[in-house]
Amino acid sequence: MYAQALDQKDKGPKVVEDPEKLARFEARCAADEKIEPKDWMPEAYRRTLVRQVSQHAHSEVIGMQPEGNWVTRAPSLKRKAVLISKIQDEAGHGLYLYSAAETLGVSREELTDALLSGKAKYSSIFNYPTLTWADMGTIGWLVDGAAIMNQIPLCRCSYGPYARAMIRICKEESFHQRQGYEIMLTLARGTPEQMAMAQDALNRWWWPCLMMFGPPDAISEHSSDSMRWKIKRFSNDDLRQKFIDATVPQGHFLGLTFPDPALKFNEETKHWEIGPIDWDEFKRVLAGDGVCNRQRMRVRRQTEADGAWVREAARAHAKKRAARQALQAAE
Amino acid sequence: MTSETPLFTYTLRLADTALVLGHRLSEWNALAPTLEEDIALANLALDLIGQARLFYDYAGKVEGKGRDEDALAYLRDDREYGNLLLVEQPNGDFAQSMMRQFLFSAFALPYYTALMGSKDETLAAIAAKAEKEMAYHLRHSGEWVIRLGDGTDESHRRTQVALDELAIYIGEFFAVDAIEQALIDAGIAPDPAKIRAEFEATLAHVFSEATLIMPKAGYAQTGGKQGQHTEHLGHLLAEMQVLHRAHPGATW
Amino acid sequence: MSEEPMPLYEVFIRPKAGLSHKHVGSLHAIDDTMALHMARDVYTRRAEGVSIWVVRSNLIAASDPVDKDMLFEPSVSKIYRHPTFYEVPEEVGHM
Repeated sequence: MYAQALDQKDKGPKVVEDPEKLARFEARCAADEKIEPKDWMPEAYRRTLVRQVSQHAHSEVIGMQPEGNWVTRAPSLKRKAVLISKIQDEAGHGLYLYSAAETLGVSREELTDALLSGKAKYSSIFNYPTLTWADMGTIGWLVDGAAIMNQIPLCRCSYGPYARAMIRICKEESFHQRQGYEIMLTLARGTPEQMAMAQDALNRWWWPCLMMFGPPDAISEHSSDSMRWKIKRFSNDDLRQKFIDATVPQGHFLGLTFPDPALKFNEETKHWEIGPIDWDEFKRVLAGDGVCNRQRMRVRRQTEADGAWVREAARAHAKKRAARQALQAAE
Repeated sequence: MTSETPLFTYTLRLADTALVLGHRLSEWNALAPTLEEDIALANLALDLIGQARLFYDYAGKVEGKGRDEDALAYLRDDREYGNLLLVEQPNGDFAQSMMRQFLFSAFALPYYTALMGSKDETLAAIAAKAEKEMAYHLRHSGEWVIRLGDGTDESHRRTQVALDELAIYIGEFFAVDAIEQALIDAGIAPDPAKIRAEFEATLAHVFSEATLIMPKAGYAQTGGKQGQHTEHLGHLLAEMQVLHRAHPGATW
Repeated sequence: MSEEPMPLYEVFIRPKAGLSHKHVGSLHAIDDTMALHMARDVYTRRAEGVSIWVVRSNLIAASDPVDKDMLFEPSVSKIYRHPTFYEVPEEVGHM
């Protein structure tokens, strides 16, 4: 889901690595061996992974908000239960990913601080508002669909804990996209108002979803390191095209029109071609000026602050309990 | 209301109580003190909404007018809702929510255990499922009440406040009206009086570990089962039902 | 300023009766009780298990990757420990 994170060059201080260890590490990556937490790894590899895995985790956690916006208004008890369990999965995925990042020597608290201070990013798709129930369908169908495109190759990522987390996540996410499409299908087969709701949601989400794959390869500043280290396996444009080709027929099946007059099927290449993506919008939202950037961060900060006394109480109680047990043992 | 059978009304009350509490818990979405607790609260919400759906489904069948779970959940007003007053109380802080969960679970566990012996097979089967879930809710919320009560000065204060504020709604658990009495006499509904001792023992045990003081038994606010609610339920239902009601007859 | 970290726990789940517990992931909890609850909520949402172990991550002693060759290479050459090493004529049947 979070290809844009992969496109940041490692900007940390250059570390001079032991050439012999580095050569062995590169050979292991080239041979598709898995790197495990205690294995030797170059500092730039570690930093790149911490950044990518934690931003992936932050995205899952922030991503709970736009869908959470409809939990209390879900229009049927079945949809309500499905939506709660889907958002719960996202919390779980955030947790798996934080755990994977922690194996690289950073604590959950440090990762959280980086998010709250604005130092770490999350996927900017979540800075768009969810205005109608159809957005729940569109998020499942398109946002999760795009995420799955990105995440499946990550199951073969060179870093063991990240790859294992992704395998688990992909397995659990398989229902997310399907439930989203089912919402869209129900709306499309419903009343004219419901159909209009579905079309409106597609109009608002289509372009932001295409931006999720990150800037075009031509201007992408992704380092060749990520590719060589098997952290990233496909280019942004390749994944985006794969997503478009898979999604356009699904939308047409629903009877929906894509908000792109230039959209057409190229009989020669057998690919769907799209009009130009507004990369200025992408940069603007990424830089902080989306509809919901401030709101998402305010809610997250407030939640952390509101929970502080609870976590403090848990720590205090655990200490009291441990002390009492020690006393009993001594008697 | 008069034409409704006691079994229908009683089953709806069980459904409404489960749904309203499940809905309240779902309001915690993404706002819990830890990510782990977010996941735990969602599980509690899902259990309760699942119980509600089973009870609604059965109520619809008992009524026999073709109303399904959504018609019953989304198209009745607060005056027709028969949930316990406790469960509609706002989430407040984490101590309020955990205390509400604890008080309800401490009652619901023995209540559903007793309902498993109902002469009504469907209610007994739903109770058998709900009983296991409530056992976990009781464990989870009870642990939190102990942690918060016997944690820091601040958490102790907040938890004691929560207990003091919610205690007025405990009495309703045991308040039996004519509708319920008819079903108790028929061996369909359990007599709550018979589980009161167990309920009180659970509270006494947890509050003693939590260093909390049980307020003296005072006035018991009742009326929820009969559709006389606090001001909070109307807002909860307004939000929950808005989309469904805006599109009459639509399928979702 | 970071809060004092909550301890990290490793979670092991027995998928069904008769099978061994298998490592499934980790989580943060303040004590063993909370860790068990959270493990149930986080790692068995899809009926993945019938039994849970949790252990504080810092209590696990692990072999050093540097010692990998010393520890594990020597057994690779002892192929006579595997049944396929031995020849049993086909006429003898399954053994």
